[in-house]
Amino acid sequence: MATDPDNIENLVNRRYRHGFVTDIESDSLPPGLDEGVVRAISARKNEPEFMLEWRLRAYRHWRKLKEPTWAHVHYPAIDYDAISYFSAPKSDADRPKSLDEVDPKLLETYDKLGIPLHERARLAGVAVDAVFDSVSVATTFKAKLAEAGVIFCPFSEAVQKHPELVQKYLGSVVPQRDNFFATLNSAVFSDGSFVYIPKGVRCPMELSTYFRINAANTGQFERTLIIADEDSHVSYLEGCTAPMRDENQLHAAVVELVALKNARIKYSTVQNWYPGDENGVGGIYNFVTKRGDCRGANSKISWTQVETGSAITWKYPSCILRGDNSVGEFYSVAVANNYQQADTGTKMIHIGRNTSSTIVSKGISAGHAQNAYRGLVRVMPQAAGARNHTQCDSLLIGKDCGAHTFPYMEIKNPSARIEHEATTSKISADQLFYCRQRGIAEEDAVNMIVNGFCKEVFKELPMEFAVEAQNLLNVSLEGAVG
Amino acid sequence: MLEIKNLNASIGGSEILRGLSLCVRAGEVHAIMGPNGSGKSTLAQVVAGNDAYVVNSGSLLFDGQDLLALEPEERARRGIFLGFQYPVEIPGVNNAYLLKAAFNARRKHAGLSEIDAFEFLKLAKEKMAMLDMDPKFLNRGVNEGFSGGEKKRNEILQMAILEPRLAVLDETDSGLDIDALRAVANGVNALRGPDRAIILVTHYQRLLDYIEPDFVHVLSDGRIVRSGDKSLAPELEEKGYDWLREAANA
Ligand SMILES: Nc1ncnc2c1ncn2[C@@H]1O[C@H](COP(=O)(O)OP(=O)(O)OP(=O)(O)O)[C@@H](O)[C@H]1O
Ligand SMILES: [Mg+2]
Repeated sequence: MATDPDNIENLVNRRYRHGFVTDIESDSLPPGLDEGVVRAISARKNEPEFMLEWRLRAYRHWRKLKEPTWAHVHYPAIDYDAISYFSAPKSDADRPKSLDEVDPKLLETYDKLGIPLHERARLAGVAVDAVFDSVSVATTFKAKLAEAGVIFCPFSEAVQKHPELVQKYLGSVVPQRDNFFATLNSAVFSDGSFVYIPKGVRCPMELSTYFRINAANTGQFERTLIIADEDSHVSYLEGCTAPMRDENQLHAAVVELVALKNARIKYSTVQNWYPGDENGVGGIYNFVTKRGDCRGANSKISWTQVETGSAITWKYPSCILRGDNSVGEFYSVAVANNYQQADTGTKMIHIGRNTSSTIVSKGISAGHAQNAYRGLVRVMPQAAGARNHTQCDSLLIGKDCGAHTFPYMEIKNPSARIEHEATTSKISADQLFYCRQRGIAEEDAVNMIVNGFCKEVFKELPMEFAVEAQNLLNVSLEGAVG
Repeated sequence: MLEIKNLNASIGGSEILRGLSLCVRAGEVHAIMGPNGSGKSTLAQVVAGNDAYVVNSGSLLFDGQDLLALEPEERARRGIFLGFQYPVEIPGVNNAYLLKAAFNARRKHAGLSEIDAFEFLKLAKEKMAMLDMDPKFLNRGVNEGFSGGEKKRNEILQMAILEPRLAVLDETDSGLDIDALRAVANGVNALRGPDRAIILVTHYQRLLDYIEPDFVHVLSDGRIVRSGDKSLAPELEEKGYDWLREAANA
C-alpha cells in the first residue's frame, strides 16, 4: 500500500504528531487549520482511533482541493485560516441570565412566529439552568424512545456508544471526497445528531419535538447520520423557525440518510439563520451537503425544506434511488430577500428498477435577491421504468430581483418518463389592488399570495411546523413591497 | 353619501375623466351606461383608489370625508366595495381565506371582534345558498380557473358577505346566463336599504329589469352627458348613444 498517497502523507506527517502543541484544556483552538488542529478536535472528544484516521484522511485530501465557483452566488473569498475550528459552547457566565437581558428585537420576532414561551429562553441562549421546564419534557421523550429501541443522541455520543454503527455508515452516503465543503466537514465536524431506527420500528414521535427542546449549540460543522433499518419509519425535523443567534459566518454541514428495505425517512428542514441586514452586511454562509440513500427495495426518502435565512445558501438535498421501486421526493421553498443569494435544488439519481422521484421547488425572490434552482435528474442505464416529475415555480416580488433555473437531465435508459414544468410569475399590481379593495393591507396581501404559492410544500411539513413556517415567511418578507 | 365634483383623471398619460360630477345619496341605486371606452371603469377604479389612475383635479367625498386622502384598503374598510369588470385570479389563495380576512378587516375597523373560521363558514354558506352557488367554490383559489360567469358571481358573493355601504358593480351582469343574472340581481336587491347605495355600470337594460334604478346616467368622453330616471335606459337601448354624443358636442 505504499503507493496510496494518503499513506505516504501519513508517514510524512507522523513526525509532526508529537511536535504539535495545543493546550487541549483551553476553550477554543487558535484560528487556522492544520493536522494538529484535526488531532486536537478528535482528542478533545476522546474519539477512537478509527475516527481520528477518518478525519485525517479527509483533511489531507481537503488541502488539495479548491473551493467550487460554479454556484450562482457571489461572496468575498473565505479565509479558512482565520476560522477557529473548535470552540466550546459559551459558558453560562457569559450568557444572559433571563429573557429580560435578551435583545427585545429578537423577542419580538419570537412573538410574531408564535414560538412557545418555554422555548424562547433556550433559543435566545439564556443560561441552561434558567430553562427549567424543558428538562423534564426531554427526559420523558428519552424514555419513550429508549422503550422503542430508537437511538437518538449527539453524534459524539454515538461515536462512543455505538462505534460499530458509526463506522459502518459514516461516509457511506456522502463520501469524504464528495466536494470541498463535505471534505472540510469530514475533517473538522463538531457535532450533530445520530439516529438509528431498528428493524420494523415506527419511531413513536416526530424527532422534531425532541430536537427542538434538546438541541445544543452544535456549531458550524454539523454532522448528522440517520439510519432507518428494514421496515422502519422516521420523521425528523431539523432546525427551527426561530432566528438562531450565531457568530460563525461559515456553516458547512453534512447530512447522510440511509433507508434500508421498505424503510421511510421524512426529513424536514426549516432554516432561518441570520441573512444579513437589508444592505447585505453580515449573515451566514450556509454550504450544506445533504444526501439520502434509498439503499433497499421499496424504500422512500422525502426532503422538505423551507429556507429563508442565510446570506448565502448552497444546498442540494439529494436522493440516490438504489433499491428497486424506491421513491425520492424533494419539496422546497426558498426565499431570498434584500441581498440574499440562494442556490438550491436537488439531485435524483435513479439506479434501481421502477424508481420514481418528485421534485417541487418554489423559489421566491424579493428586493435585490437572486434565487437559483439547480436540479439534476440522472437515470442510469440499468434503471428501467424510472419516472420523474419536476415542477419548478418562481415568484418575483419587485423588479430588482432575479430567478434562475438550471435543470440538468441525464437519461441513459429509454424507458424513462421524465416531466418538467417551470413557471415564473410576479405578484401583480392587479392582484394587490384586488386584495386591498377588499380591505386587506398590502403586506398581508403579499403574505397571502406567497403562502398560496407555497401551499404544496407546506402541506408536506409536520403539522405543528406548517403554521410556523408560514409565519416565518411573512416575517422574512416584511417590507418586501412598498 | 358619495359626492364627486369636477373630477379629472388620467391613466398612462391620457386624460379619461374630464370634469365628471355625480352625487349619490344613501338609499339610492344609480345605473351608469355609456359607450365602450367612455371611462366607466375608470370612474369605478378611481372611487376604489387604484393608484394606476392619477387624479388631476376635482374632489371625491364619501360621507363628507376626502377619499383621495385614503388608501384603497381604508376606503374598503369604510364600506366601499368594487365589483371588478375583470376579477383577477390569485392562484393558491383560498377563496374562503381571502373572504374571511376581508370580512374581519372590516369588523376590526368597526371596533368589532374578529369571527373564527367556523362562524365565518356558516355565514358564507348562507350567502351562497341565497346566490345559488355551490359551496365548493369556497375552497378553490380566488377566481382560479373560474369561468367568466363564475367570477362575476364570486364578486357578488363577496359583496353579499361584506355588506358594503356603497357598492360599485362594474359590468357584473356581462357574460351571465339567465339564472346567474337572476342570482346576481337577488344579491343586489338583498343589499338595498336606506343606509346603502349602489352604482351599477352596465350596457344592458335586462339587468335593470331585475334591479330598478332610481337614476340612469350616460357617460361619454369622460363626462356625464345625460341623467334621467329609469325610463332613460330603454330609450338608450332603442336609439343608441350617437344622438347624445352629438347633442353633447353641439
Ligand atoms: N394604461 C392605459 N393607458 C392609456 N389608456 C388607457 C389605459 N387604460 C385604459 N385606457 C383607456 O381609457 C379609456 C377608458 O377606459 P375604461 O375602461 O374606463 O372604459 P369603459 O367605459 O369602462 O369601457 P367598457 O365599456 O369597454 O368597459 C379607454 O379608451 C382605454 O383605452
Ligand atoms: Mg369598463
